[in-house]
Order: sequence, then C-alpha cells, then structure tokens
Amino acid sequence: MSNARVETKLWVWQRLSAAVLAVCVIIHLVVIVYAVQDGLSAAEIISRVSGNFLWLAFYSVFVIAIAVHAPIGIRTILKEMTSVGPGATHMIMATFSLIILAMGFRAVIGLFNASIIG
Amino acid sequence: MSNSIKVSVWRGRETGEFQSFDVPRQPSQTVLDIVTFIQRNIDPTLSYRFACRVGMCGSCAMTVNGKPRWTCRTHVDKVVEDGEIKISPLRNLKVVKDLTCDMTEFFDKMNKAEGKFHPTKTRNDDFDVVLPDDPTRQLAAQGIECIGCAVCYSACDVVEWNKDYLGPAALNRAWTLVNDVRDGGNKERLTAISGDSGCHACHSQQGCVKHCPKNLSPTRSIIGLKRATMKAALKGEI
Amino acid sequence: MKIAGHRNHAHYWAFILHRASGLLLAIFLPAHFYVLGLAIEGEAAMDGFIRWTDAPLVKGAEVILVILLAAHLTGGLRLMALEFISTSESSKTAVAVGAGISLAVGLAFLFNVV
Repeated sequence: MSNARVETKLWVWQRLSAAVLAVCVIIHLVVIVYAVQDGLSAAEIISRVSGNFLWLAFYSVFVIAIAVHAPIGIRTILKEMTSVGPGATHMIMATFSLIILAMGFRAVIGLFNASIIG
Repeated sequence: MSNSIKVSVWRGRETGEFQSFDVPRQPSQTVLDIVTFIQRNIDPTLSYRFACRVGMCGSCAMTVNGKPRWTCRTHVDKVVEDGEIKISPLRNLKVVKDLTCDMTEFFDKMNKAEGKFHPTKTRNDDFDVVLPDDPTRQLAAQGIECIGCAVCYSACDVVEWNKDYLGPAALNRAWTLVNDVRDGGNKERLTAISGDSGCHACHSQQGCVKHCPKNLSPTRSIIGLKRATMKAALKGEI
Repeated sequence: MKIAGHRNHAHYWAFILHRASGLLLAIFLPAHFYVLGLAIEGEAAMDGFIRWTDAPLVKGAEVILVILLAAHLTGGLRLMALEFISTSESSKTAVAVGAGISLAVGLAFLFNVV
C-alpha cells in the first residue's frame, strides 16, 4: 500500500474510532460521577457490571476503539517529537495496541465474571 | 513617546548574534523604515529584502518581536514593547545572511505538493467555461490570493517539528488546483499531498490563519484536502 | 516562561492540551486496566486497592485525570467539528466552551468524590 493510502486510512480510522469514543467517554464520565457518590467500592462496581451483557458489550466496544485510537495518536507524537524511525514506531504501535486489547479484555471479562463473595 | 527606539537585529547566518541599534522615531514609521534607516545611515553591511514596500509582494517578511509579519505593513507603534523591537529572519527557513532567508525549500515544497497546473487542452480546443458562481470555483477563489510570502510557513509549528511537512502555503495552493476544473493532475496531486508529510500532519492549530497578511485560511484548504483524500481512498483512487 | 509570539492563541493551547491529555491518558490506561483486572482475584483484592485510592493525593490525581479525559474529548470534538462541519470564526468560542465543560466535569467529579 502506498504511503498516501496508509496515511489517509490511518486518518480515517482515527476519526472513526474518535466518534465511537466520544459516545463511550460521555457515558463513562456520567457513570464515574454517579459511581463515586457516597464512596467507591469493588462491591458496587462488581454488582453493577457482573453478569450484565449490556455492560460487557459497551466496555468491549470501548476497549476495541481505544486499541485503534491511542496507538495512532502515539504514532504522531513519536513522529513529531522524537527521532524514533518508522520501523520502530510501527512496533511500538502494534505492541501498545496488543497491550490495550489484552489488559482491557482481561479487565472487562474479569469484571463480567466476578462475584461479590471471595 | 520617546525620540528613539532600541532595535535588536539578527546578524550572521544560522549562528550569529543580535546587534543593537538606536533608531530615531518618526510618525507612521514602519519596521521596514527602521531596517532601511539602519542600512542607509548606520551599517551598510546589513542585508535584508524588500521590493514594493506597499504590502503587495510579500518580500519584506521577517520575524518581528516573535511574530512573522510583512515589515512594510507593520507600524512601529503597534509592535514596540517598552521602546524595543527585535527583528530576525523568518523562522523555519535557512538564513542566507542577517535578515534574508533562503526560500528554496518553500518553493520546492510547492512543487512536491503538485501545486502546479496540469493543462488538459491545446490551443485548438475551445475554452473551458468557468462561471463565477460555480461552487468549486468559489472554493478555489478562497485560496488563490496567496503570493507565496512564507509568513504562514514561518508560523507553522508542524513545519518546525516535521522537516518534510509540505506546509500551509503549498497545501493551500494544491487545494486551489484540486478545485480547478481545467486541471487534469488530481490523481498525482492527491497522492502527493497525502504522503508521509502531507495534509494529515496538520493539527488545525491555525497559526497560519492567524498570521496570513492576506487573511487566507490554509487550514480550511487543508481540511478540504483531508476530505478529498478520504473520498479518493474510499473510491480506490489513491 | 515566555511564550513564543506566534504561539499565543486559542487553537494552539487547544492543541497542546489535546496532545498532553492524550499522552497522559495513554500512560494511565494500562494501570487502569490492571486495577480493574484485580476483580479476577476477588472483591477483596480490588477493594484493597480502592481503599488506597481514598488518600487525598490520589483523589486529587483522579480529579486531574477526569479533567484530562473531558479535555481530550472536547479537544477532539473541536477537531472533528473543524474537519467535518465548518472552519468559521466561531470555532474559537467552541474552544473556550470546550475548556469550560471539561472543568465543569472535573468539578462534578470532585464534589461527588469528597
């Protein structure tokens, strides 16, 4: 794929994932402000999301969108503010994306399966 | 109002130093007047560029107290800070000597961005009819007043951070040609402006818009290019 | 710190905030996912960590994180509005409104968390 095509596609994916994240972040901020009222606890978090397919779907979409959006953003910073070359940048982006997917889904599925006792 | 201004002027090339001059203050004095006074009355070895001195050619562009401006159109009263003015060559371009900069890279990027007309007709063909209320003609008209003075190039931070970035002027010029119905080079042009250092590198900081002496908006042109490349990529044209 | 003359304007600050908040959020995320993943080890493990976050300094950092998230969102909306809606002069007002909303969200968090 030509450079022109790569750059254009990355730009499009960045904006697409941003649109998805705009919705996710607004919902997330509302939940955060609501959840910290009267203190935060693991029990409260787990009782809200455990076994709930809607939250599972929501946070899965959230994690995937971040795994697309954040590495593309980091790529721009590396390009403009460091002397890291294109090959190394690509490796860093891919690694970061995998870390987000792995840790993100570990948390999402972990919370879905969690129970209050134990 | 005091009788004189303390003027710091860059002397040298990439390395050098600021030299201080005391210049008598005059009513309606411009920064170009100051530089001219220094060169004619104090130090004839000062190098600087100007041509029309009436705000038409863009040759006299320099950095005045940190901002890129046309010095012939900059009144001293508007920029003097505590009776002092600091003048240096345009940022982001190599220095030839003192206040003159090397514009080669600026014009090279105009070429790299395919900011040149690709004709499609011969003298034997009929003229293209382009009406003034044609929407694409109006889009082109928004950007064609650019005279290539490099003030926007000098104001742009992405130009500083990404040395291959084509820059606001070259991209603005490319956009006017994208909207020129007589031009046949759009495939090469859209490819040229969406490479590694093309329109997608712009973050819409709009330093170019803020400083353009002709009130153009390269940012708007670049956004037009972003949309055009998106459509072209979806259609498989680039 | 003297700000370079050509940088002292609204959209430059919006860009800086967007970049700084994005970078800090990207660094914060793996830690965030790790803590949430503590739920796998059971409620007690997760609660143990959450109690640690009751410390005022940590709460302060959380307020800043919430503001950063809201700021990154509004900065992104500024960009998307410029790129897909319009580049008119009102975009400068949009920057100011965005900054205001971020601060408001941060304050809402702060008042609910103390």
